Amino acid sequence: MSKVRVLVGTRKGAFILTADGKREQWDISGPHFAGWELYHIKGSPADPNRLYASQSSGWFGQLIQRSNDGGKTWEAVGNKFVYDGVPGTHQWYDGTAHPWEFKRVWHLEPSLTDPDSVYAGVEDAALFHSADGGQMWQELSGLRGHGTGPHWQPGAGGMCLHTILLDPSDPGRIYIAISAAGAFRTDDGGKTWRPINRGLRSQYIPDPTAEVGHCVHRIAMHRSRPGVLFMQKHWDVMRSDNAGDSWEEVSGNLPTDFGFVIDVHAHEPETIFVVPIKSDSEHFPPEGKLCVYRSRTGGYEWEALTKGLPQRDCYVNVLRDAMAVDSLDSCGVYFGTTGGQVYASANAGNRWAPIVPDLPAVLSVEVQTLQ
Amino acid sequence: MIQVILPAHLRALAHTGGEIRLEVDGQVTQRSVLDALEACYPVLRGTIRDHVTQERRPFLRFFACQEDWSHELPDAPLPDPVATGVEPFLIVGAIAGG
Repeated sequence: MSKVRVLVGTRKGAFILTADGKREQWDISGPHFAGWELYHIKGSPADPNRLYASQSSGWFGQLIQRSNDGGKTWEAVGNKFVYDGVPGTHQWYDGTAHPWEFKRVWHLEPSLTDPDSVYAGVEDAALFHSADGGQMWQELSGLRGHGTGPHWQPGAGGMCLHTILLDPSDPGRIYIAISAAGAFRTDDGGKTWRPINRGLRSQYIPDPTAEVGHCVHRIAMHRSRPGVLFMQKHWDVMRSDNAGDSWEEVSGNLPTDFGFVIDVHAHEPETIFVVPIKSDSEHFPPEGKLCVYRSRTGGYEWEALTKGLPQRDCYVNVLRDAMAVDSLDSCGVYFGTTGGQVYASANAGNRWAPIVPDLPAVLSVEVQTLQ
Repeated sequence: MIQVILPAHLRALAHTGGEIRLEVDGQVTQRSVLDALEACYPVLRGTIRDHVTQERRPFLRFFACQEDWSHELPDAPLPDPVATGVEPFLIVGAIAGG
């Protein structure tokens, strides 16, 4: 019988939530790495028992943990992230040049085909790759060095590379996104990159349509249509039908188009989910009502999904890596909040229930569908 | 044998107890103690000092014999009671953050 495993990273440890295909009764395991920040945990599509976790702390820096048994046991692997060559500078908040400094790993993206191959998106923004299960890391420096790097600038959360999407139909194609530089694509496995931000408009930068400088919060794709991308930008929900060559706004009737997460239904490539947040200074749901919004038309038209979610006095945020979907026949959707709740819906958002209500602030949520 | 006391999180990471005893070759300095510590417990590499610069991480301090040695040069000799194993070399996490 199928089951699901939800991998939750929080400010103070990792938690693993498991249930059978009904997704009604949950087993909670954790905290793993208690007291540490777990920015992201993700399983290998090629070997679901192979997990990678980004463990960090302000005191002790960055560690990478690896599990070969679905999170029962872990071993620390390589944590040496050294920029290729002379790192140079990017822009600081005040526009002055600032040296590139490694701070932490925001996102780990295992290869679709090789459990030992994994990518890491880091702050200050760069993409690293390991071909030996996380022991050694090499920067794919063509991204940082392609030309616009010295103009990148951090967002409020730091200059992080937070999104890595691997194209299942083309091993050479990878999409990444950086706050606040924008989205980028390689078609040759990471050697060369180009910005893919045409169509984005950001009023908070001097040239609202600049090639780089956009605060992209998250990008999502459906495996069956890797050329169609959905983006939650700082403000604006966007889509691209040409692999990011151009974007159009699909915010439509959303109550606010600010937010962090965006994801796609496992079986319906035009069904997408976002969690609108009031504004960039008020990081909580409008009117204190937590709502997931679903579009079945690839954007433009949105419906509020509220059943089971708090509809008063709710002032949590949902961070950029904290939503995921399972691939059971009735698609499950999951998200975590800065208030420590992890919500699940076993019916594509029609009805929600908390799996667990009182974890530390949730940084990331990933889901594995297991046979 | 040199005594080293680690913060609780690093003890858990290294799967070790409250006190570590190390053989240190040559002069006993911050650098030689940390080199020996990392050789015994490779998982600690990068958690106490930066991989590349070898500088102490900002939120850690080095104490010995009721004194703060954090700003001494890494090759300065540590006090005799540390070198002879009478007193421990303490690696302490700052009281900071949440």
